[in-house]
Amino acid sequence: MKLRVNPIACEGHGICAELLPELITLDEWGYPIIDDVDVPRTLEPHARRAVADCPTLALALERSRAESGRAASRAARGR
Amino acid sequence: MNARPLAAAPSRPLPPTGEGRLLSGIRDDGRALSLNEHVATYGSARDGARAEAFVAELESSGLTGRGGAAFPIAAKFQAVAAGRRRPVVVVNGAESEPASGKDRALLRTLPHLVLDGAVLAAEALGAKQVIVAVSRGAAVEQAALAAAVAERARARVDGNVSLRVASVPRAFVAGEETALVHFLDGGPAKPTFTPPRPFERGVGGAPTLVQNVETLAHAALISRFGADWFREVGTESEPGSALLTLSGAVRRPGIHEAALGTRFETLVDEASGLTQPVSGFLVGGYFGTWVPADALLRLRLLDADLGLHGASLGTRAIVALPADACAVGEIARVTYYLAGESAGQCGPCVHGLAAIAEGMERVASGRADDRDRLARWVDVVRGRGACKHPDGVTRFVASGLDVFADEVGLHLRHGRCGARPSAVLPIPREVRNE
Ligand SMILES: Cc1cc2nc3c(=O)[nH]c(=O)nc-3n(C[C@H](O)[C@H](O)[C@H](O)COP(=O)(O)O)c2cc1C
Ligand code: SF4
Ligand code: SF4
Repeated sequence: MKLRVNPIACEGHGICAELLPELITLDEWGYPIIDDVDVPRTLEPHARRAVADCPTLALALERSRAESGRAASRAARGR
Repeated sequence: MNARPLAAAPSRPLPPTGEGRLLSGIRDDGRALSLNEHVATYGSARDGARAEAFVAELESSGLTGRGGAAFPIAAKFQAVAAGRRRPVVVVNGAESEPASGKDRALLRTLPHLVLDGAVLAAEALGAKQVIVAVSRGAAVEQAALAAAVAERARARVDGNVSLRVASVPRAFVAGEETALVHFLDGGPAKPTFTPPRPFERGVGGAPTLVQNVETLAHAALISRFGADWFREVGTESEPGSALLTLSGAVRRPGIHEAALGTRFETLVDEASGLTQPVSGFLVGGYFGTWVPADALLRLRLLDADLGLHGASLGTRAIVALPADACAVGEIARVTYYLAGESAGQCGPCVHGLAAIAEGMERVASGRADDRDRLARWVDVVRGRGACKHPDGVTRFVASGLDVFADEVGLHLRHGRCGARPSAVLPIPREVRNE
C-alpha cells in the first residue's frame, strides 16, 4: 500500500505529517510531501490513523503502482 | 507534392502522397472545405474502414495522440470501450497553448476531416454524442464548425451520431482533459483529481474518449487510406506525419506538416530558413524543453532523438529564439504567465509556481541569486499537482536555466545580458490584462 494525497482537497493542515513523520514531511508552504515507498507493515496503523484524521479526507491508502499495474493488465487481458 | 494522376478520375480519390497529408487538402484562400469539396478531396467517410475494421487500422497504424502526451489512440479506444455505459466522444480543440495554432488551423480549413474522425470514433465505440470543444476566442473556427455541422445534418451523413460545438474558456488548463469534462458537465474549467480519468468516468459519468483535433484528422485519413499508407512516412516506432507550429526567427512561421523523423535542419529549410542567428529552440510549447540551436539542428523530429536532451515533441509548437533576444527575460515572462494560469486548486502548484515565477524575476533583474532555491522548488513542485501543469512549467524553467546558464550569470552580475529586451514568446493579452 502507498499513501497518496489529493492535492485539490488538501488544505495543508499538516496533521498527517505530525502523525506520520516517518513518511510525510511538509514543504515550505505547509503541504505534505509523501515518501514514494510502500508503507512498511509497522507503520500501517499510523498511516491509517493519518488517513482517518485528515480533516478534508485528502489522504488515502492505495494499492501501489506495482500492485495496481498487475490489476490493470489483468483487466486488459480479461477484456 | 500531392500529384493526382488525372487519368484515374477518382470516384474514390487517391491518398495524398508525400508528407503534406492533412495540409495538402487545404484551399489556397484558406476558407473551410465544404462537405462536397471535402468528399471530392478525400472521399466519403462511408467508404473507409469503419467500426471494428477502423479500430484495427488505427491499431496497426501506431497513431499516437497529438495533444501533447503521445498516447496510442487504439489503446485509449480499448479503455473507453471497456466501460459499461454508452461512451461519449469529446474533440479537444481548446488549444490553450499560446505558441500553438495547428488545431485551430485544422478546424477552420478542414472541419469535415476532423468531424469525420470524431464520428468514425463514435460509431466504433457505440457513442451517439460528439462534443467539439473550441476556445471561446476562436470565432472563425467556431463559425466554420457550426457551418460544417449544419451541412452534415442537412446531408444526413452521420447516422444517429449527433454533433455539438461547445465553447470553452481560454485558460491554459482548460484544455486538460479532466478540466474539459468538468466544464462540459457544468463545472468550472478546472482539472479534477484522478482517478477516475475521463475514459472511466467522463461527460455525464459516461466513459469518454477525449482526443485532440489533429489526432482525429489523422484517424479520418487512416480510415480511408489504411495503416500501411499512414506508415509510408515516419519511422517504425514513430510513424506518420505531424503538424508543427513554427514561430520566432524563421522566415515562414506558421503551421507546417512534416514526416516524423525529418531532420530539424530540413524543417527549418522548409520554413525558408532562419531570419537571423538563433540561440535556442523551445520544443513542445510552454510545457516543453529548451534545446541549444546547434544541438537541435542535428536531431530528427522524433521523441527518440529529443529524449537524448530530456525533451519530447509535446504539442510540436517550436519557437526559434533569436540570439539577440533576451532568453532570461523571455523565460521569466512566460513563467509568470504560467504561474498565473494555475487553476488555483493545489497548494504546491499555487505557492510553488508563484515562488518560481518570483525567483525567475529576481534572477532576471539581478536582484538575487536564486538559482539554488529555483532548483529546489522545481524539485519540490514536480509531480505534486492534480494535473501536469506544475510538471510542464518546471520542465520549461529547469531546461531554460540549464541551456541559458551563461546568460543567467550575466543577469546576476549586471541585471541584464546585453541582448535586447524582447517578446518573442507569445502571451495571450486577455489573460495578461486580467
Ligand atoms: C494543463 C494542460 C493543458 C492541456 N491543454 C490541451 C489542449 O489545449 N488541447 C489538447 O488537445 N490537449 C491538451 N492537453 C492534453 C489533454 O489532457 C489530453 O491528453 C489530450 O486532449 C488527449 O488527446 P490526444 O491523445 O489525442 O492527444 C492538456 C494537458 C494539460 C496537463
Ligand atoms: S492532514 Fe490532510 S489536509 Fe492536512 S496536510 Fe495532511 S493531507 Fe493535507
Ligand atoms: S496542479 Fe495546478 S493547474 Fe493542475 S489542478 Fe492543481 S492547481 Fe490546478
